[in-house]
Amino acid sequence: MDLSLSEDQEMLRKMARDFLANECPKTLVREMEEDEKGYSPELWAKMAEQGWTGLPFPEKYGGVGYSFLDLAVLLEEMGRACLPGPYFSTVVLAGGAIMEAGSEEQKQKLLGEISEGKLIATLALTEPSASYKANDIQVTAAAEGGGHVINGTKLFVPDANVADVMVVVARTGGQGAEGLTLFLVDPKASGVSITQLKTIASDKLCEVTFDKVKVGQDAVLGEVGKGWPMVETVLQKAAVAKCAEMVGGAQQVLEMTVNYSKERVQFGRPIGSFQAIQHHCANMAIDVDGSRFISYQAAWMLSEGMPSTKEVAMAKSWTSDAYRRLTALGHQVHGGIGFTKDHDMQLYYRRAKAAEVTFGDGDFHRDVVASEIGLPDPA
Amino acid sequence: MEFKFTETQDKLRAEVRSFLEEELKHGSFEPSNDAWIDGYSKEFSRKVGAKGWIGTIWPKGYGGKEWSFVDRLIITEELLRFGAPVAYHWMSDRQCGPCVIAYGSDEQRKDILPRIIKGEVSFALGMSEPDSGSDLASLQTRAVETEDAFIINGQKIWTSGAHEADYIYLVARTDPDVPKHKGISEFIVDLKLPGITVKPIVDMMNSHHFNEVYFDSVRVPKSALVGERNRGWYQIAVQLDYERSGLERIMSPYPMFHMMLDLARQEPVLYNNPEVRHKLTDLVVKFEVGRLLIYRVAWTLSQGRVPNFESAMAKIYGTAFEQHLSHMATQVLGLSGQLMEDSRWAPLRGLASRSYLFCAGATLRGGTSEILRNIVALRGLGLPSQ
Repeated sequence: MDLSLSEDQEMLRKMARDFLANECPKTLVREMEEDEKGYSPELWAKMAEQGWTGLPFPEKYGGVGYSFLDLAVLLEEMGRACLPGPYFSTVVLAGGAIMEAGSEEQKQKLLGEISEGKLIATLALTEPSASYKANDIQVTAAAEGGGHVINGTKLFVPDANVADVMVVVARTGGQGAEGLTLFLVDPKASGVSITQLKTIASDKLCEVTFDKVKVGQDAVLGEVGKGWPMVETVLQKAAVAKCAEMVGGAQQVLEMTVNYSKERVQFGRPIGSFQAIQHHCANMAIDVDGSRFISYQAAWMLSEGMPSTKEVAMAKSWTSDAYRRLTALGHQVHGGIGFTKDHDMQLYYRRAKAAEVTFGDGDFHRDVVASEIGLPDPA
Repeated sequence: MEFKFTETQDKLRAEVRSFLEEELKHGSFEPSNDAWIDGYSKEFSRKVGAKGWIGTIWPKGYGGKEWSFVDRLIITEELLRFGAPVAYHWMSDRQCGPCVIAYGSDEQRKDILPRIIKGEVSFALGMSEPDSGSDLASLQTRAVETEDAFIINGQKIWTSGAHEADYIYLVARTDPDVPKHKGISEFIVDLKLPGITVKPIVDMMNSHHFNEVYFDSVRVPKSALVGERNRGWYQIAVQLDYERSGLERIMSPYPMFHMMLDLARQEPVLYNNPEVRHKLTDLVVKFEVGRLLIYRVAWTLSQGRVPNFESAMAKIYGTAFEQHLSHMATQVLGLSGQLMEDSRWAPLRGLASRSYLFCAGATLRGGTSEILRNIVALRGLGLPSQ
């Protein structure tokens, strides 16, 4: 048992924290919330220079060859900084799908371009049903003339507005998990239309409609009809990657709150000297540490390639709730000022809600835990 | 990072399990909740001692094995999981032995430690008093030094197991004329000495593990003093970190939890109910978080660091879990959740209702959750005390 980061991970963490403190101030975060693209191409190029866009990909594909656990360390810092932009969509989601399902040729090309910072990508999975279940995938891809024709609507597609390529999960036949296929689709292709959604975290989630979108044979990622297991793997990693971001955000909210309660004076003393405030802060600290260990346990297991369905579900269900709970307490301690748009608290409060519902909320993952502990399926 | 155990540790866990399974088979105990507090069996503790599972972290010079805190946690985790009767040696292994090692005289070490390790000696903790609960440093029990002894007068309360123990690890005031933290000393007192009276306190389960202990001019030899005179308060702080660091702070009702989950796997009326599924899976997740928070304490100790807020954090979390679990279990069982241990119809051998009553004390004993939150805030987060 070892609950500490390795020296290399500590270094990565420190470098990331310093880099983001310089390059991703809250002014940029706020600006990007209003921005059409939602990210800074200049910052993206710098991140690529740091090796971040290729961090988890093998060196033979142009990546840095770090582990998933290392990636979690970086994502924690990104969550702390509220980094805006398509890093998660490109590296964790699309990059993850390409790693899982892609042919050697696809990996060489796409992961290489992602690592160089030249390709922004995303995963188009969920639909108006807002479900992560295979049953609910209704976008179809009909075989035609050696290729496929895609029809239907994807919803909550992150960063589709700036993506160079989308990995689209579509039904090529069958039911449930059978007959789902991954396609590489150019967002600028004829028949694709993209509309940004207005969301609680002001991130760039999009509605993407496919109206008789024709793709060639080479657009298939992996094998026709065999896409779902790959999606499941990506979703597991995405859930834990999201947990890592949440841990970073939670840690930052705790630190902001503790600092504020040391400075804010009422009744002639810092409010942090009142037990009511101390107990709120202690509860927040417990939630941060609980989130950290349950999340890193899952990240470590995924990194080691161990079966970790239960641990992933436990991590996401706990951390989703804990982060939301903690931001609410942070607001309580900050009082009115934290509620204002000018204060940073609200940035985290809104992101905590978005993170909670993404890649399965507490209820979704508790269902997974139920089968993992051997409760028979309900009648 | 590594969220797994070494092969040796896995082997150790397997050994402890197979010992406990064997004991269960022979009917040497019935799994019970809270058995680290009220499951007294000298015989069983001797068996644990004979296996070499007491005092494992202590220096070899004192009969220990110099194993890590994580090793010890693995042993205690299995003992708690099986609900084994380990109260007789629990406090000695957990904190009294380590205190004797840290502060005791060589004479005390030679006298006490080998007996603890064999599971042949039991300690009760003499801390709280009727007027000194959370404000422990205000304690009034007096130890007056004479030429050849200390004379002790006063009263302790909530002394778990004093009626079964051989010694009481006593905290008493040796100097009343200095600030309250600076006049406290620690003693190892033989409970058979004349002038000591142990009176039972019956709790709301109608069970007896708490006691009042009265000291009426009890004459203890000078050699009973542990460490330095008037330095007791500072010695206690370390003891309390040990006291708060174990899995007993989340696993007291574990036998019931285990039975509850088993029942839910079998009973359609339970597993078909979405509310019940939600409650139980939520408990499973919460338990895992608590387990990690407690393993973090052991890991911190194994790195040679003092877990001075981490243990408080773990205990706050774990004991809140115990209460939540007991509440959920009795609620899931509905009408039957009120049936007590001796009822013919009681599900889970009545452990759910027992747990519901017992757990009310979990957030009080060993530091109330309020005091512990203060510790997390002050020591962990650096908030101002005034």
